[in-house]
Amino acid sequence: MGIPIIEVESLSKRYRLGAIGATSLRETLSQWWDRRNGRLPPSESGDFWALRNVSFSVQPGEVVGVLGRNGAGKSTLLNILSRITEPTSGRARIRGRVASLLEVGTGFHPDLTGRENIYINGAILGMTRADIRRRFDDIVAFAEIESFVDTPVKRYSSGMYVRLAFAVAAHLEPEILIIDEVLAVGDASFQKKCLGKMRDVSEHDGRTVIFVSHNLDSVIRLCGRALLLRQGQLVADGPAPEVVNTYLGQDRVAKPEIILSQFPRNDALRQSAILRILSSADAGKLPWIFPFGETLAFRVVLEVVRPVSQLELGFAVFSATGFEIASATSRGRTPTWAQSCGRCEVDVSLPSLRLAPGHYSLNLGLRSSHGQEDFVVGAAMFEVTVSRSSAEDSIDLIRAACVPETDFEFRQSGS
Amino acid sequence: MSRDTKPVGETVIEATHGWRFLNFRELYDYRDLLWLFVWRDISSRYKQTLLGPVWYVVQPALTTAVFMVIFSRVGRIPTNGVPSSLFYLCGLLLWNYFSQTFQSTAGTLVNNVAVFGKVYFPRLTVPLSSVISNLVGVAIQFVLFTIIFAIEKTGPRAGSYGLTGAAWMLPLVFMHVALLSFGFGLWLAALTAKFRDFAVLAGFLVQLLMYASPVIYPLSRVPTRWYPLAAINPLTFPLEALRSMLLNAGSPNLNLGVESITVTLVTLLTGLLVFQRVEKNFIDVI
Repeated sequence: MGIPIIEVESLSKRYRLGAIGATSLRETLSQWWDRRNGRLPPSESGDFWALRNVSFSVQPGEVVGVLGRNGAGKSTLLNILSRITEPTSGRARIRGRVASLLEVGTGFHPDLTGRENIYINGAILGMTRADIRRRFDDIVAFAEIESFVDTPVKRYSSGMYVRLAFAVAAHLEPEILIIDEVLAVGDASFQKKCLGKMRDVSEHDGRTVIFVSHNLDSVIRLCGRALLLRQGQLVADGPAPEVVNTYLGQDRVAKPEIILSQFPRNDALRQSAILRILSSADAGKLPWIFPFGETLAFRVVLEVVRPVSQLELGFAVFSATGFEIASATSRGRTPTWAQSCGRCEVDVSLPSLRLAPGHYSLNLGLRSSHGQEDFVVGAAMFEVTVSRSSAEDSIDLIRAACVPETDFEFRQSGS
Repeated sequence: MSRDTKPVGETVIEATHGWRFLNFRELYDYRDLLWLFVWRDISSRYKQTLLGPVWYVVQPALTTAVFMVIFSRVGRIPTNGVPSSLFYLCGLLLWNYFSQTFQSTAGTLVNNVAVFGKVYFPRLTVPLSSVISNLVGVAIQFVLFTIIFAIEKTGPRAGSYGLTGAAWMLPLVFMHVALLSFGFGLWLAALTAKFRDFAVLAGFLVQLLMYASPVIYPLSRVPTRWYPLAAINPLTFPLEALRSMLLNAGSPNLNLGVESITVTLVTLLTGLLVFQRVEKNFIDVI
């Protein structure tokens, strides 16, 4: 083993929970005043470690996948490696230039043409003008935007945007390329091209790639090695297929029951509240994992503090990319006894939603005649996995969020 | 590899403690980015407008016209024997540069969260580029000034005003204002990243500051008891200096100059320190 290109030594990052989000001067001053007068305890209780003592090293030419659930610390790790934010303690040594693949056209100026944006984006990523001039034609050809080079990028389709962004980054020739989830966009053939380019970059040019994705399939195909983060700590580091298995099995043994009382809320009325949500996956199966085509089911526990009328429980299912796919409420179906004081359990099941395999999140809401009673964003995350039924429907060819049960009736036409 | 000639060093990423001053080497490495930003600022400013760069002239011309009506005709504020059009235009030349540069610098961190949150490059390149690109507006407005000057000089009210020998120091005056607006802007950028209150403050503070500076009135007309207040304002000196160079109608003096330059340097140095202290982790709190 030679000298590692990336060496991470007990890297930690702490966030102060109170300090997250834009604060106003008034808030800070009043907090300071309260603390000075001993009315508030010192704020140390609100610390949150996004990364804790993470150590690993990467050899030149390795392609390393980073896995973990949302909030496990993947983005924080990438942000530190690409120098967007500083660690709280620990150290990372990087022996080469790092380029991170920007999210869809971040840094593009909508009014400028593709040509102008290639230059600016390239320079933001650390290229000199001479570098960009030399690779300009390759970038344009790779992004397939030849006839639109001199069109303002605001007239580009979203596909063209992504292609251009990826093309600029891929032609940077940095020693280390950091890619975060970007392949979720773009059409299938372009995704294939990107994956091919990534393989080229690592195999032929010996460059190092750090790849964060929820797409386990491409992690296995592309990465020789994977890291698994859980609650800010590195829990597995090894060959990609093994780590993916660990992630799917062990890490996925999420608690079937999620206590929602401590979840952050907006200023809802709270005369009644959503207390818990439980996965109703069949016994013997992993909670919050539903094979494709099977009934999606969960149980919600509510508490009504003061009697209300017209109580309705609602939910919305969001895709991993934040698109609202389905929602429904119990309007007019909530029994009267459930609207007086006390707790009740609601079993919700969706036998025919048929979500495509992937990751989803669930928002829950409670309304009454008074208005919003409670609202929990991201109350639960769940996954729909590939099942036998999905293989039969060859749904991996479909990129939609839902695959409805459909009848196709072919009939011979007269003429 | 393209940069074999330039060996890539080892980057150590760890928490920095204390204050950092400028990393000149890094800024130099990113000089191409700086120029591309300058060019982006200029070329994107009036894209998809009918008049394009004509707007550079329209804004000061209209402002001057309004000032002429309100402050000269209605308010009867004297303009030191200079035609009011030239008097206001000269003040606006500098004032516009100050307020634009100050405001774009002050918005650096908050307005670029999307890019700053995704990729590292020296953040100072962004405000520096606006310091440079705003000079284009100054140059175009200077042409307007020259034209009006020529017209007024050939007109019936040609007085004793005109260029003085000190006019060669013109670039120095603009450099002074560039550093001043940059320094104040950096402070505001750092403060706004923490508290949005300052974004609101900056907006109207600039408006008020114009009335506190000798843009629409000459320093010589400031009552004696208000004079110390006018003297504290670091913009008083460059405004008066510019008028004395271009129109022989200003009253700058050494004391004003020393005060203004001291304020500028202190603001600039502390602004750089504060900005760089906030910049390294601001993405966590934004």
